Amino acid sequence: MQPKDLEEPLRMKLSLTKVVNGCRLGKIKNLGKTGDCTMDIPGCLLYTKTGSAPHLTHHTLHKIHGVPAMAQLTLSALAEHHEVLAEYKEGVGKFIGMPESLLYCSLHDPVSPCPAGYVTNKSVSVWGVGGRVEMTASKFMAIQQVLQPDWFQCLSDGEATCDEATSIKRARKSVDRSLLFLDNCLKLQEESEVLQKSVIIGVIEGGDVMEERLRSARETAKRPVGGFLLDGFQGTATLETRLHLLSSVTAELPEHKPRLICGVSQPDEVLECIERGVDLFESFFPYLATERGCALTFSFDYQPIPEETLLQQNGTEEEVKYVDQTKKSKTTSCNQEITSFEINLKEKKPSGKH
Amino acid sequence: MAAVVSPTSLESAPRIMRLVAECSRSRARAGELRLPHGPVATPVFMPVGTQATMKGITAEQLDALGCRICLGNTYHLGLRPGPELIQKARGLHGFMNWPHNLLTDSGGFQMVSLVSLSEVTEEGVRFRSPYDGDETLLSPERSVEIQNALGSDIIMQLDDVVSSTVTGPRVEEAMYRSIRWLDRCIAAHQRPDKQNLFAIIQGGLDADLRATCLEEMTKRDVPGFAIGGLSGGESKGQFWRMVALSTSRLPKDKPRYLMGVGYATDLVVCVALGCDMFDCVFPTRTARFGSALVPTGNLQLKKKQYEKDFRPIDAECACPTCQKHSRAFLHTLLHSDNTAALHHLTVHNIAYQLRLMSAVRASIVEKRFPDFVRDFMGTMYGDPTLCPSWATEALASVGITLG
Repeated sequence: MQPKDLEEPLRMKLSLTKVVNGCRLGKIKNLGKTGDCTMDIPGCLLYTKTGSAPHLTHHTLHKIHGVPAMAQLTLSALAEHHEVLAEYKEGVGKFIGMPESLLYCSLHDPVSPCPAGYVTNKSVSVWGVGGRVEMTASKFMAIQQVLQPDWFQCLSDGEATCDEATSIKRARKSVDRSLLFLDNCLKLQEESEVLQKSVIIGVIEGGDVMEERLRSARETAKRPVGGFLLDGFQGTATLETRLHLLSSVTAELPEHKPRLICGVSQPDEVLECIERGVDLFESFFPYLATERGCALTFSFDYQPIPEETLLQQNGTEEEVKYVDQTKKSKTTSCNQEITSFEINLKEKKPSGKH
Repeated sequence: MAAVVSPTSLESAPRIMRLVAECSRSRARAGELRLPHGPVATPVFMPVGTQATMKGITAEQLDALGCRICLGNTYHLGLRPGPELIQKARGLHGFMNWPHNLLTDSGGFQMVSLVSLSEVTEEGVRFRSPYDGDETLLSPERSVEIQNALGSDIIMQLDDVVSSTVTGPRVEEAMYRSIRWLDRCIAAHQRPDKQNLFAIIQGGLDADLRATCLEEMTKRDVPGFAIGGLSGGESKGQFWRMVALSTSRLPKDKPRYLMGVGYATDLVVCVALGCDMFDCVFPTRTARFGSALVPTGNLQLKKKQYEKDFRPIDAECACPTCQKHSRAFLHTLLHSDNTAALHHLTVHNIAYQLRLMSAVRASIVEKRFPDFVRDFMGTMYGDPTLCPSWATEALASVGITLG
């Protein structure tokens, strides 16, 4: 596929106010169908389940200040309803009662990892309530045509990091497949007036293999995508081992397009990613804490080396436990453990950490 | 509300009910309750919140729907978290952050519903707590003590409740015991100036027993009366006759609270029979099963027929759910693991109940209640003559014909 020399000028525009130690501060303007919405970066997306914030009605959601301008929908929840949405005709935003919100459609739900092993050269599968929905590029784009989101993650192969040890071969395949899907989807987008109103987010794959990650970044950047999703940085290995990959990847990406990452939502991890050039995050961490019966309580002071600072301050056994907890949650990275950012309300005397 | 009341005086129980209008045919009345946390228009439906929260809805949402009185449950709150803690939180109002009125029941109804855990004696009801297995005695004195700590605007006597399907000497025993327990509750009540203690008429489905209970309890000058021991498993024919008997013998200038009634048809009929206040878990419970209440009955939104139905639940409904969402979306959401669907339906169902009662009240005030009843039955059953026979009989008994 010949890379386009001149990209179609996308209406949306990312302006950077400043960059400090790799952290990007700025705004994305001219967003949405009417082109008059703005998002701040760094920023996050409102996490939804089947088009609704978990447990909250529109009324209660809007009692909260600072609800993100862009909501994340997942194909895993919506793909199986595409017939209903096709008949509805007016797009998923209106269907779910969020006509004013910007919408980003990801493939998967960051909270419910799907079974691996179902990506082929021709299709990717998502799992809904009714079971597996297999999507070729055409079916995928047909679904997006009916959803009409503002942004959507392109069909991609995100399974290079699913196994314990990524093979180079598997990493290479994830990049090849994702690029092929991207080119197919871009072509289909060209042929559809409706789809041209949505922005495709290119997906950076490549597992834990630096060479493949760089290749993915460079090749994806050649395509006329609206932004980039850094996929595969979540999972069973620690984020730490992947952070160096992250810096190298973002260095290859154009400055003026937004960088999203999936599967990262815990405050400390978010900050680490911002330092490495990431702009937008999912916000499923509050949901996970809620499901544990915990309330988020943390000050917004960030200690660059939290463990050392704490041990210096107190050196008590309790603080050592605190440190262990943070470490534990990082190593498992499956967010099942109570983190240091929350208190467990089920305890008789929930203890605060500050 | 009279501020100067000696604790043992019975003569100066306040008149909390002001009658605004009465139907010239039936026994329906429109009124206003004057309660410590504000006025309440009657007839009124009071949503039920167990454990100090309305399941699926916040206090703020309930307030936004126009609710001005709802129920808290003494049994659950008395055990967990316990009255001492609630008193620290500035009473149940503070604990729930509810600015309007609260009615707490005595804890007695749970005797019937959780009967395997309880044992009734003259002393009170002995419970085994489902939370920690501890034994507690809920006596009339203890029930009032808990409710005093909770600070609810209306408190209920502890009554000896038997299921309406029980027959024999147990019913008579329970009726007389309830009278004795009423007197013990009145004696134990520490805050008659701030909290209104209601009596509960028992007697099961036995007209003589009920009449006796009515005669005795109306001798006690309490601010209001509840009609209890019904809305269990009894037939509707027996049910309405006991309601009618009760309202015929209760004073006109005090509110009549019919406990546990919440189906729309039952509400309309029992207003005609002279009841002012109602409570029921039905609207909130049915919401949690995916059922939305509408003037023609209910919509089981999980069913496939709603998959592509892009209309709101009820085009006439002003609730936030109907303003924003279609049946199709709610259907989709109900098939997901997002509980938001249940909250949407809870909001709508409560709105439906409150709107129904408003409409009933307006029709009484505007002197067209019998027509309202006919219209209501027509909408609900297709034709007024197709309404259930018990309802037709009950309405006929108070001068409203449907044919």
